[in-house]
Amino acid sequence: MMDKTQKYFDKLTIRFAGDSGDGMQLSGKLFANAAASSGKIARTFPDFPSEIRAPEGTLYGVSAYQVNFGKEDVHTPGDEVDILVAMNASSLKTNLKLLKKGGIIITDTEGFNRKNLRLSQYEESPLESGELEEYNLLALDVTKNIQQELSNLGMSPKNIKKTRNIYVLGVVFWLTGHDISSTANWLKEKFGKKPEMLEANLKVLDAGYLFGQRFEGLPEQFIIDDASMQAGTYRNITGNEATALGMVAAAENAKLELFLGSYPITPATEILQFISSYKSFGVRHLQAEDEIAGICSAIGASYGGSLAFTTTSGPGLALKVEASGLAVMTELPLVIINVQRGGPSTGLPTKPEQSDLLMSVWGRHGESPMPVLAAASPGDCFHMAYEASRIALKYMTPVILLTDGYLANSTEAWKVPDLNMLPKVEVQLADPAEPYQPYKRDDDTLSRKWAVPGMKGLEHRIGGLEKADITGQVSHDPDNHQLMVDLRQQKVDGIANDIPLLKVEGDTESDCLILGWGSTYGAIESAYKILNEKGVKVAKAQLKYINPFPQNLGDVLKNYDKVIVPEMNKGQLATMLRAKYLKEVIQVNKVKGIPFKAMEIASEVEAIIQTETELV
Amino acid sequence: MTNILEEISKSCGCDTTYKPADFKVENDVRWCSGCGSYGILSQVQKILPELGVPKEKFVFISGIGCSGRFSYYVDTYGFHSIHGRPIAIASGLKLARPDLSVWVATGDGDCMSIGGNHMIHACRRNINLNVLMFNNEVYSLTKGQYSPTSQQGQVTKSSPLGVLEEPFVPAGLALGSGATMVGRGFDRDAAGMKNMFKAAHDHQGLSFIELYTNCVIFNDSAFDPFTSRQSRKEHTVNVEHGKPLVFGENDDKGIIMDGFKPKVVSLADGYSVSDFLVHDQHDVALAYIIAQMSYHNPELPRAMGILQSIVKPSYDQLTEAQIAHEQEAKGKPDVQKLLRGKDSWVVE
Ligand SMILES: Cc1ncc(C[n+]2csc(CCOP(=O)(O)OP(=O)(O)O)c2C)c(N)n1
Ligand code: SF4
Repeated sequence: MMDKTQKYFDKLTIRFAGDSGDGMQLSGKLFANAAASSGKIARTFPDFPSEIRAPEGTLYGVSAYQVNFGKEDVHTPGDEVDILVAMNASSLKTNLKLLKKGGIIITDTEGFNRKNLRLSQYEESPLESGELEEYNLLALDVTKNIQQELSNLGMSPKNIKKTRNIYVLGVVFWLTGHDISSTANWLKEKFGKKPEMLEANLKVLDAGYLFGQRFEGLPEQFIIDDASMQAGTYRNITGNEATALGMVAAAENAKLELFLGSYPITPATEILQFISSYKSFGVRHLQAEDEIAGICSAIGASYGGSLAFTTTSGPGLALKVEASGLAVMTELPLVIINVQRGGPSTGLPTKPEQSDLLMSVWGRHGESPMPVLAAASPGDCFHMAYEASRIALKYMTPVILLTDGYLANSTEAWKVPDLNMLPKVEVQLADPAEPYQPYKRDDDTLSRKWAVPGMKGLEHRIGGLEKADITGQVSHDPDNHQLMVDLRQQKVDGIANDIPLLKVEGDTESDCLILGWGSTYGAIESAYKILNEKGVKVAKAQLKYINPFPQNLGDVLKNYDKVIVPEMNKGQLATMLRAKYLKEVIQVNKVKGIPFKAMEIASEVEAIIQTETELV
Repeated sequence: MTNILEEISKSCGCDTTYKPADFKVENDVRWCSGCGSYGILSQVQKILPELGVPKEKFVFISGIGCSGRFSYYVDTYGFHSIHGRPIAIASGLKLARPDLSVWVATGDGDCMSIGGNHMIHACRRNINLNVLMFNNEVYSLTKGQYSPTSQQGQVTKSSPLGVLEEPFVPAGLALGSGATMVGRGFDRDAAGMKNMFKAAHDHQGLSFIELYTNCVIFNDSAFDPFTSRQSRKEHTVNVEHGKPLVFGENDDKGIIMDGFKPKVVSLADGYSVSDFLVHDQHDVALAYIIAQMSYHNPELPRAMGILQSIVKPSYDQLTEAQIAHEQEAKGKPDVQKLLRGKDSWVVE
């Protein structure tokens, strides 16, 4: 065996790609878990086709999972790939453009047989044609190796083939200097009841690792130092799971039951799935017949005194619009979570976009103000779901929380919060000792008090018809309507007093500010780092509260000559900023169904700064 | 974990001696004079004190339409919602609060047209709600367009040449969707309504009660054949569990089964009451046949009363059972542990 050397890196990006049936999502997830639990910061992004299971081997059936990991400054799943696992010809063809020149390709030669080459429209095998010369190609005979390894287990060829992803994972573990123990433990839990599959998977995992160690084609290991993370308990979490947990935590701290009314839609479905597995926490849910029933059942549960929420994605939000107006009118607490995806119409179901912002802020009939919040990272989904609940309950109002497909599915290492350290969640319950006036408001918050069926003596009627101030009687009085419209607006505007000021970071002396919202956070952080290293002076800030805006936003905007707003839409936040603050902002827009790369933002910002300098 | 529920159990006097007047609101009831809805309201107010439920535990949820006003007119908890959605709202409420007695007041347009999807799914789930559908076979609040229960050929503002569509048979739709209790009655029949409302309340699961409601403005007298004193006995049959299907001016007619077809026969033809079909409210197939009578064959009388009542676990009961089972299996809920998850690690 030749000597192996170790090379040190700050961060690395690995992309696992293969056919939809190749288990690449699992390999990616297991790798991310191993990296994170060995003390690295990891951000991941699954990238899968909207066809559930496209025909095997085809270009449109490719599924990929990208992991970026390092010791610091890991805010995105990575712009460029260092190591590409491509299990077949189609996955190589569709993913090669993401690989750095000089990067490593790991393939299974079996995935380049005649049929695969035909389906991927390669004239000639790329493994032999010389077209991969600029890369480090490791064409392994994975299929043959695992067949040998598992020959005496008497398994069917089909089951043997299912372990290819674990074998390759073993190779990657060696390559990146990780040990296999966390994955071995996971397999033991997963296949506890299927001893044959367990033995097979453990064997191939080990075999892959040993192969890496012995194989002369792999002369180096790529090593990353452990991250210097704050002390605490961590886990990898996706935005969707974090959102579900945020709601459970808010209900717990508010001492309320949690209710979810929802209809499945990508990429929000998982939240419903997580919630449905929390029955032992007393969480109730209804998989409704449609989105309208989803939100309506949540309104019913809220009326009954639960912390209620509904989850959906763009097309579903469109259906919920009328009922969300009912929640505004009845001033009931409700959290509406919109995991945005590419639109319009069915659009790009599995791809992220930020194009429901204006619909969320303004997309209801009538003057129908509703707070809108946006989460910035997968782990932040927890805090913003919690925050949305806090605001909904304190101000007796529906609240929209915007996440997106990218936050929903990607993971980050998340510091598990201590329930007792989270902000207090206040519930505005009516006092049974006093006569009840349904629309009498608290002086500070302007919220009405919540009287829940079953509270004796507080019987009352509410509904979608305009109500008289204080008494809540049906009223068509013109002056009363004006008053109620004004009050509902003032109530929502007043929430600005109860949210953090916008924090500007980076080079605050610079005359250029990058202002993001939602999931662009990670790319902006990384872009800032790139610019900083080049000596380009810029400040950055991330909006998490969009309606109302933080109180200091107007002043912040005034402080900068150039405010650059990157968004995955055609300029929706930019439109709001211009309308409200009469401030000209510079748009950087990308609507491709893929998140910004840090480099894209960095080079746009640099170009903008330079153009201006030339003009002076 | 709930502070609200604690609050409620503290405040509940569990005083259950009420009078109908306790359920009357102070504000005006704003239906047209002569509207059939008054009759329904008055029977509801009469029956509520008899159900043994504290007043504050009743909730009335309504949609939009003249019928939708109902929730404003009962002095208890009420929610006047949006068009077509009261069943969906009530479903969430009942799931969250199985302790409440939840009633839905809805119209034929509200329930069968815009809210049709919610109606059939609530029936299928067998969620423990009492749904009162005010069927006036027209859209009244919007001033006289046809509805999904309007008769073929009916002339309305939006069908000046007559309705082209076949109407729904509401009770048949409810039965076909799996409702466990289905009844049919009409605004003028105080005794029939009281009986059905009580049965609906006692029934664990979804009770769907269709009530012919006269709209004096847009479809006046549409139900006279079934509801007026003069013709009622000839055109309707009151069904009662275990009793034969007898009808007619002199109680001289009955229904027999000819294969799967109900047929009218008369004592004068030599039949005796013991030959008549006997109603069995647990018989699902029979309920469907009885519900359809007279829709496709005008010779047959229209059936009034409880067409079906069968016992099946309700969705809300099953939810509570699942929660109890999970809590038993998994132990005391620990949210902090849930946050930590399975694959967490500690950084010192
Ligand atoms: C979303 C929506 N669409 C339409 C309407 C208009 N609308 C109000 S009531 C109604 C029909 C009501 O008919 P029905 O349920 O039969 O009640 P009725 O007035 O006859 O009691 C319609 C179409 C509305 N309020 N909301
Ligand atoms: S319009 Fe018809 S249904 Fe409406 S209140 Fe008047 S009579 Fe009743």
